[in-house]
Amino acid sequence: MSLNAEQTGSSDLVSRVPSGPVAEMWDKHKFDLKLIAPTNKRKFTIIVVGTGLAGASAAASLAEQGYNVHAVTIHDSPRRAHSIAAQGGINAAKNYQNDGDSIHRLFYDTVKGGDFRSREANVYRLAQCSTSIIDQCVAQGVPFAREYGGTLANRTFGGVQVSRTFYARGQTGQQLLLGAYGSLMRQVGLGKVTLHSRREMLDVVTVDGVCRGIVMRNLVTGAIESLAGHAVLLCTGGYGNAYYLSTNAKGCNVTAAWRAHRRGAYFANPCFTQIHPTCIPVTGDHQSKLTLMSESLRNDGRVWVPKTPGDKRAPNTIPEADRDYYLENKYKGFGNMVPRDVASRNAKQQCDAGRGVGTSGKAVYLDFAEAIKRLGQKTIEEKYGNLFHMYHKITDEDPYQVPMRIYPAIHYTMGGLWVDYNLQSTLKGLFVLGEANFSDHGANRLGASALMQGLADGYFVVPYTVADHLATSKLPPVTTDSREFKAAVEEASFRTKQLLGIQGRRSADSFHRELGHTMWDYCGMSRNAAGLEKAIGKIRELRAEFWTNVKVLGHDHELNQNLEYAGRVADFLEFGELLATDALTRNESCGGHFREEFQEDGEALRDDANFCHVAAWQFQGDNKPSVLHKEPLTFDEVHLTKRSYRE
Amino acid sequence: MSAMLDLTLKIWRQDGPKTRGAFKTYHLKGISTEMSFLEMLDILNEQLIQLGEEPVAFDHDCREGICGMCSLMINGQAHGPETKTTTCQLHMRRFHNHDTIVIEPWRARAFPVIRDLVVDRTAFDRIQAVGGFVSINVGNAPDGNSVPVPKVNADKALDAAVCIGCGACVAACKNASATLFVGAKVSQFALLPQGQAERVQRVQKMVAQMDKEGFGSCTNTSECEAACPAGISVEMISRMNLEFLKATVVGAT
Ligand SMILES: Cc1cc2nc3c(=O)[nH]c(=O)nc-3n(C[C@H](O)[C@H](O)[C@H](O)COP(=O)(O)OP(=O)(O)OC[C@H]3O[C@@H](n4cnc5c(N)ncnc54)[C@H](O)[C@@H]3O)c2cc1C
Ligand code: FES
Repeated sequence: MSLNAEQTGSSDLVSRVPSGPVAEMWDKHKFDLKLIAPTNKRKFTIIVVGTGLAGASAAASLAEQGYNVHAVTIHDSPRRAHSIAAQGGINAAKNYQNDGDSIHRLFYDTVKGGDFRSREANVYRLAQCSTSIIDQCVAQGVPFAREYGGTLANRTFGGVQVSRTFYARGQTGQQLLLGAYGSLMRQVGLGKVTLHSRREMLDVVTVDGVCRGIVMRNLVTGAIESLAGHAVLLCTGGYGNAYYLSTNAKGCNVTAAWRAHRRGAYFANPCFTQIHPTCIPVTGDHQSKLTLMSESLRNDGRVWVPKTPGDKRAPNTIPEADRDYYLENKYKGFGNMVPRDVASRNAKQQCDAGRGVGTSGKAVYLDFAEAIKRLGQKTIEEKYGNLFHMYHKITDEDPYQVPMRIYPAIHYTMGGLWVDYNLQSTLKGLFVLGEANFSDHGANRLGASALMQGLADGYFVVPYTVADHLATSKLPPVTTDSREFKAAVEEASFRTKQLLGIQGRRSADSFHRELGHTMWDYCGMSRNAAGLEKAIGKIRELRAEFWTNVKVLGHDHELNQNLEYAGRVADFLEFGELLATDALTRNESCGGHFREEFQEDGEALRDDANFCHVAAWQFQGDNKPSVLHKEPLTFDEVHLTKRSYRE
Repeated sequence: MSAMLDLTLKIWRQDGPKTRGAFKTYHLKGISTEMSFLEMLDILNEQLIQLGEEPVAFDHDCREGICGMCSLMINGQAHGPETKTTTCQLHMRRFHNHDTIVIEPWRARAFPVIRDLVVDRTAFDRIQAVGGFVSINVGNAPDGNSVPVPKVNADKALDAAVCIGCGACVAACKNASATLFVGAKVSQFALLPQGQAERVQRVQKMVAQMDKEGFGSCTNTSECEAACPAGISVEMISRMNLEFLKATVVGAT
């Protein structure tokens, strides 16, 4: 199928990818989209759920244009969204380094990095928007790293051979989010955005088939409230916490996305999860989360293990001849900078072969000795000071003196709610932005591309596409007094009471941990059919037990963190099954989805004949099998080839 | 090497914003020194749930020192005994067997308690809303490299901008002053060319809102700097005072 016709999947999926050459699509599309006149914008209300990079940027931009915006977050302040934790940087095709970068190269790298499972048109647009993002952030006063001449500095991330990553020490996400937060708070001050903090979205409300609002719990008073508007934007982040241990914040959840899924938004490629190669290893059963050590560290850190399995000597006493810098040896062109899926898989292979280090044997070294010698400790400190500090705090070891010990951990989720080119889900009027959607990263995301995507979606894409929805849809007046809203509020209150009423014997945390173990063991870095079937069985059992044996104390009319948490665990228990089902159905290996049955020399073996599609799942009801819809993917610009980083 | 600790915890329990609170004592056994402080509280909460007592409410999220959500007074110190460390980054290896640990919420008029150890810090958002930004709409930005920024200034601006908004500075100050928080934001923009257009109004508005929220005044005891997990220096306060003075002299509105 060519891109010259509107793309329709095997079923009813309409991707709305415009016709014409990929480089001209977005401009043409923007021209074709209907506008709302400046004076009419104030007649529309848009509900933005989530205030991370995607949500804050969208809410601020829409308010600047004159729309009335409601911004909703589970946190006490928009600035706490998990985007704040992003460390390494943000990509942009500025070519400030004069090293051959271009929009086309960023596009190419991202499509290849995603192992040919993303939509070309979306990725191209992302690369196009990338340059404006940097301009916008600089103008907001984001203090990016600079060269002595005063120009912006760059570094390199995995899977690419140019230097296009902009950064602010190891706190890039923080600085970008604070920039977007500033813009958002400015609009709050101007009265264009109404901020609803400490509110958890529990449902979306559909009227005549169009999403018109949300139901949310006021986390302070426990009241179930609702908001009505003309469009809803979900910007609620990823679902990595389905695995319990991940680099995500404790509050990250799938609830908002899952509730929308249950109301008709298809869930795409849930099995595409990213396992980040460089995280601080698990120390014991008490572990509540894992901490990332940014990929940017691989610019200067060298990954190695002892050549002999079981070599227990202290790392600094192991001579060069007895070390295996396995990434440098195996992947000559990219060395330590191979993409994440490749680096993670190799770390696992080394540990499985008995060459892992540390007490658990589940770690490899990331060594800075050579870089410190070459550049001096001060330079290393300037680049990564806060990361080294964090590592030291957690492990009690000084990475300036001894190599870091690192191991892969769940980090990011490429899957998410299915969206068309306009970022609209299969539920009309519901748009999905940032990590919560599936659209740009295929089966593996390249480093420093999530921040770029969140801000592209919020600042530069959705302001145009939402206008088209508002201009072309029938949106009769609706208030929260309507039947549909009342019914949804009723349902949400019922569920809350149900959770409090079970009074079983196990805490929500214990269920979540058990789910996490199952997900990691059978649906983690490597997967196989038998294991996935087992996982599905286990998740079903655990879910059944949850609804008869969970113990949630306290009341619904107060701040009740345990109740909030139980609701999120309940949704993970439903979602986990879909993730495993998707992994079982995708009989190929690609990117982060590694099926043991499909490999060649330990590298992922794609099956383009049968799986060159987006798998979008439709909810059918509790405990009923979901229906699979396929959106075929075509590659007209970056030709389908075996993805290799060896040269 | 990990060891096991037996601990006595005295924790502030308060059902809601309008009810009276009190300390409650708990005994915990077998806490690994490898655990973080919050993982220790997780264990306590798990045990409380088993006993049928409502778990202790406390704010936290990233657990890696960046979101600014965690906020505990530990033995009278904001974020506990370690410098440049948030509560979530504090590890139990800092404590000894049979220690008694007193855990309280931030105490400040502008940060009312919501429940147990959770306080309301939205006053910070309201300060940001009056001036903590550059008024630039999306679509208007010139090329990122069109205005060079000397590296020293960019670095200094970042030193100010790394504030995590946790409120430890307020909690540590006997006057519950928010000048370090406001000073950091004012400084970030004062140091950058992008912040110049609104320089005068920014400091005036942010300081006025800070006073309105009920934060106390600064008496230069530098407790805020000592408690700050992000290492923000009191130089920010001096710079803000200078900015404020200049703005007053200029007399702009
Ligand atoms: C440790 C770490 C480091 C990273 N480093 C990088 C990096 O260097 N470069 C890069 O490009 N990417 C990085 N990433 C990935 C990137 O940070 C995220 O993908 C991105 O920030 C997600 O932004 P978002 O706006 O989609 O979601 P988030 O920032 O997660 O925001 C979600 C928002 O939704 C709200 N919310 C969630 N659920 C609900 C609900 N039910 N009801 C109401 N509100 C809700 C939250 O309050 C929050 O405001 C990193 C990720 C991690 C975990
Ligand atoms: S939990 Fe985020 S800073 Fe402590």
